[in-house]
Formats: sequence, C-alpha cells, structure tokens
Amino acid sequence: MRNTLHPALTITASIIFIILIAPLFIILGAAVSDTNYLTFPPQGFTMRWFSNIFEISAFRTTAITSLQIAFFGTFLALLIGIPAAYALNRFRIRLPSWLSNVFVLPILVPEIVLGFSLMKSVTIGLNLPVFTTLLLGHALLVLPYAVRVVGASLASFDFSIEEAAISLGCPPLKAFLTVVLPNISAGVIAAFILAFITSINDVSISLFLTGPGISTLPIQILAHMEQFFDPTIASVSVLLMLLTVGVMAIVEATLGLTFLTK
Amino acid sequence: MTVSLTLDHITAHYGSTQVLEDLSLAIKAGELVSLLGSSGCGKTTTLRLVAGFLEPTSGTIQLGERDLTRLAAHKRDIGLVFQNYALFPHLSVRDNVAFGLKQRGLGGTERTAKANAMLERVGLSSFADRMPAALSGGQKQRVALARALVIEPPLLMFDEPLSNLDAKLRVDMRVEIRRLQRANGTTSLYVTHDQEEAFSISDRVAIMNAGRIMQLDRPEVLYQRPANSFVARFVGFENLIGMTVTARDGETVTAVTQAGATLKLSQSVFGAIPDRFVLAARPDGLAVSREGEGIPVTLGIRTYLGRAYQYQCTTPAGDYLGNGPLTELLDPGTAAVLTPVPEQCCILPSDA
Repeated sequence: MRNTLHPALTITASIIFIILIAPLFIILGAAVSDTNYLTFPPQGFTMRWFSNIFEISAFRTTAITSLQIAFFGTFLALLIGIPAAYALNRFRIRLPSWLSNVFVLPILVPEIVLGFSLMKSVTIGLNLPVFTTLLLGHALLVLPYAVRVVGASLASFDFSIEEAAISLGCPPLKAFLTVVLPNISAGVIAAFILAFITSINDVSISLFLTGPGISTLPIQILAHMEQFFDPTIASVSVLLMLLTVGVMAIVEATLGLTFLTK
Repeated sequence: MTVSLTLDHITAHYGSTQVLEDLSLAIKAGELVSLLGSSGCGKTTTLRLVAGFLEPTSGTIQLGERDLTRLAAHKRDIGLVFQNYALFPHLSVRDNVAFGLKQRGLGGTERTAKANAMLERVGLSSFADRMPAALSGGQKQRVALARALVIEPPLLMFDEPLSNLDAKLRVDMRVEIRRLQRANGTTSLYVTHDQEEAFSISDRVAIMNAGRIMQLDRPEVLYQRPANSFVARFVGFENLIGMTVTARDGETVTAVTQAGATLKLSQSVFGAIPDRFVLAARPDGLAVSREGEGIPVTLGIRTYLGRAYQYQCTTPAGDYLGNGPLTELLDPGTAAVLTPVPEQCCILPSDA
C-alpha cells in the first residue's frame, strides 16, 4: 500500500492554503510600503507606518479599551458560563434537551442583529455607560464559547470524583473549586483564549455599542481607513496577527492546538 | 465504635417513577450486608440515599443515634468506594488518601503520618508519591479503599467496587476488603450484581428486585432455602414446578403438576406444604431415570457436565432441566421420569 496523496488533492489543498494565507502576506507587504496609500506590491520599504500607530493616540486608547473589554468580558462570560456548563452536564438527565442550545444562540443569531438589539435594549433602554454596555455585549458574544468549551471538558468529567470529595466531608462548593475546577482547567483556559480572541476581533457588536469617547481597536481601524486609507491600518493588522500567533503559540506549547478544535 | 444502620420504610422516586417501595433494612453494628440484584433493582439508589446524594420521598435513615434522612451529604461521615475508583486525578496517592483528613482540619504532619500508615496497610507505601494515572486498576481501588478507611467512618459503603477489575484480581480484592472491614469492625453496605461476590464477602445478603428486598438472609440460607420464586430463580433453581395438593395422608402429601403428573412429598422433609405451591429444584435436584415414580418427561438435548449428564426434559406443562447418572446414557426422544431429590428441593408459596 502506497501512502501517497492523489495529485488533484494535493493541488486543491495547496490552492486553498494559498487563498487562506496570501491575504496575510499582502497585508504584510502593504504595511511596509513607502507610499501614502494602501498598495500591493509594496513600493519601497519603510517602518514609519508602524511608528505612526504609536503616534496616533486613538490607536493606543482603543487598544487598551479592547484589551480591557476582552479580558473582563471573557471573565464575566466564564463566571456565568462555567456554572451553566456545570449544571447542563451535571443534571443532563433532568434538564430539557433544548436548554443547552439556548447558550449557543449568540453564535446563531446574526451579530448585527445582536448588536442592534443590545443597542436598543441596553444603551437606549437601560441608559448604561458605554463601557458597561460594551462589556455586557462582549460577554454575551463570547458566552457560547465559555459554555461549549468548558462543557466539552465537563462532558468527559467523572462526577463520582466530586461525590467522593463530598463523602469525605468536603462541602459542595468547596468540592467544585478544589476537585472539579482543577480537572477542567485545560477547558477553562481554552475557553478563555477562544473567547478573548473573538472579543478582540469583534466589529459588528462594537459598531452598535461604542459611543462618544469610547471605542474598540477594530472600530478605530475602520474609522481610520475611512479617513486616511494609509498603510497604518495594514501595520496595525500585522500587530494583531502577531498577537494571535503569539497566543496560538502559547496554546500549542501548553495544551496543543488540537485542544481548540476538539 | 461500631454502630448500626437502619432504613425504615424508605420510598424513593426519580421524577414520577417509583424506584424504591417501602424498603426497610437494618444492618447490625460491624456487619457487612450486600444489596444484590440486576441493574435497575434499586440497589444503587439505596446506597445513594444513604450517602445523601438522593433524598427519599418518605421514610427515615438512621446511623447509630444520628438521623441521616435530611442531613447534607458532606456531614454524614461515610466512607465510600466507587466502581470507577473516583480518585482525584490531580492529587498524588498520598494526597488522595489525606483528602478526608484535610477536610477534618488535621494538620499537615498528622495527615501525612496517617495517610502513610493507611497506605502501608493496603500495601502501597512505595506508591505514595505517584499520580493516580500511573496506577493499575487494582492499585487504584486499594487507594480508594485507603481513602475511605483513613477517615475511620462509622459506615463504609461499596458501589460495585470490583466490577472494573479482572477475575483474578477481583477475588484477591474481595478478600482484602473483607480483611480490612473485619479488622476495623466497620458496619458496611456493599452493592453488587455479582452473586458469588455478594455471597463470599457478606454476613447477610439482600436480594433486590423492582425496588424491593425479596429476601434478606445469610448466604447459606439464600442458597439453600430461598423464600420465593424470584430468589429461587436468582440462586439457580432453574426448575419451578407449579403444583396443587390433591390428598393428604398424615405427613405424606400427594400433589399434581399442571400436566397431571403425581408426586408424593413428605412434610417431615419439607415442612408444612400449602394447598398450592411451587416445587423449586436445581438440575441437580431432579434425577433423570428411565423408569420409576415421578414426572413423566420426554428427553431432549443431552449435555455432559463431567459429574453428570444434563437433560432437557419436555412435559406438557413446560420444560425442565434434570441430571442423570454417568452410568446410564439416554438418547433424545426417550421417555423418562424426573424424581425430585427431597433434600435438594424447596417448597415455595405459589406466585398466583
């Protein structure tokens, strides 16, 4: 038995791979182009667009906002998502089967609809501060990842371990924290990373929820592009790519990338 | 200090399904009682009720002087051994054993000393620093046993502790469990579906069916004198022959099968025989011979058992299994008679 691939398969796979990767190289090229407009192939070479990012304060402030929103939004989503995932798995037999699907709805509902309805209900209806609204919106956006990924590790968790702890005199909450949580930590970390990246990259929801003085980095990139259309956007994109690659490298080194696709 | 466990008129439901029906059970101090039955008979439910993972609909659970019925599971002070070991995967063997001691507020040095001593008793001293994943099934179950014993609980409970082990290990482990349980004199409740395991390890066995205890007695009594058809069938009385008394002459009772075959039975052997009853016999208890007094049958398939031949026997009232001597080889289709061997048969109340 020869273990070789059919040439057609190799060619198709290569084309798909190129289609996926090529735009990233185009961005890289555009980011170092010595022109005042976005272009590819690059003309000349300069690093000034990278330094330009740091000269425009809006990039810095929105980047900080994005990181804060992503961090606290993800944290909030895990705070709700872990107990929800626990309950869905622990009491699977007693709960109606549609209940777990409720927690996936934020993925299924078009984000633009989610963003608009959040604007209507939270921003206008409850009149909350912009930052709080963004935080809630992003927490909702990433909640499905928290519930699903943590739920996946709980699905293979043997709950008799928790019962063993309780029978040995450990109160239920403490048993969850000292016995269950350490054994699903990989799932929690994976959920955190997926949710964090989703939040950092989100445009549609932020578009509706940003307000005067507070914006996120992707929204700032859009705004900058509309006004200037210069290679700064490409260089910001390169930095975002590097951030993602960095996170993925950490995941690969600690858990293995296959963990995220499980 | 050993205490008794008393379950009094326990009824339990899963949703609207009744899983235990008016179950009462008293385990004496220091005694090991098994709950034996097939899956769905309510044995595990009973254990989980005592552990506090389920609440009964009605009835009370008493451990010594303490009423456990509504007490939170973590306050019950019961040592539990699970089927799948349920060791804490993120803790070393020693920390697994010390877990219960930690919950009881014991200091680090005392914990370690006690855990080490317990591991010594189960022969796992050299494994104390290993993680559970690096142990074999038998070793894991020893750790689970040590973890349950080290807290010196007044009650030990076992939920099918040996079913994940291979046959040889299972025998070793049940001797081990019995040894440790005897040494500590700990009152124990043991749940299993394996008859040999239950009979070999227990002081008394409760055979359960459909949420009820069918019979609770010493293994010897269950094996030789089942109280009803269910228990009889469970312990291997494959022949259950429904009979009706037609005449009584002193101690001798004449009864007929549904097919009209007549048997004479002595009340001096069987005790009082009711008008309608079931004659229960293992294949050993029905002797096959070519002629004589007994139930006329037509022989079917013959199998060789080493100590005897076993015949499938057909009668108009049903099929039976009987054993015949090695000295006489009978062929399928032969007309023969089945004679009950009195000391190997039981008289049971009629089901109907």
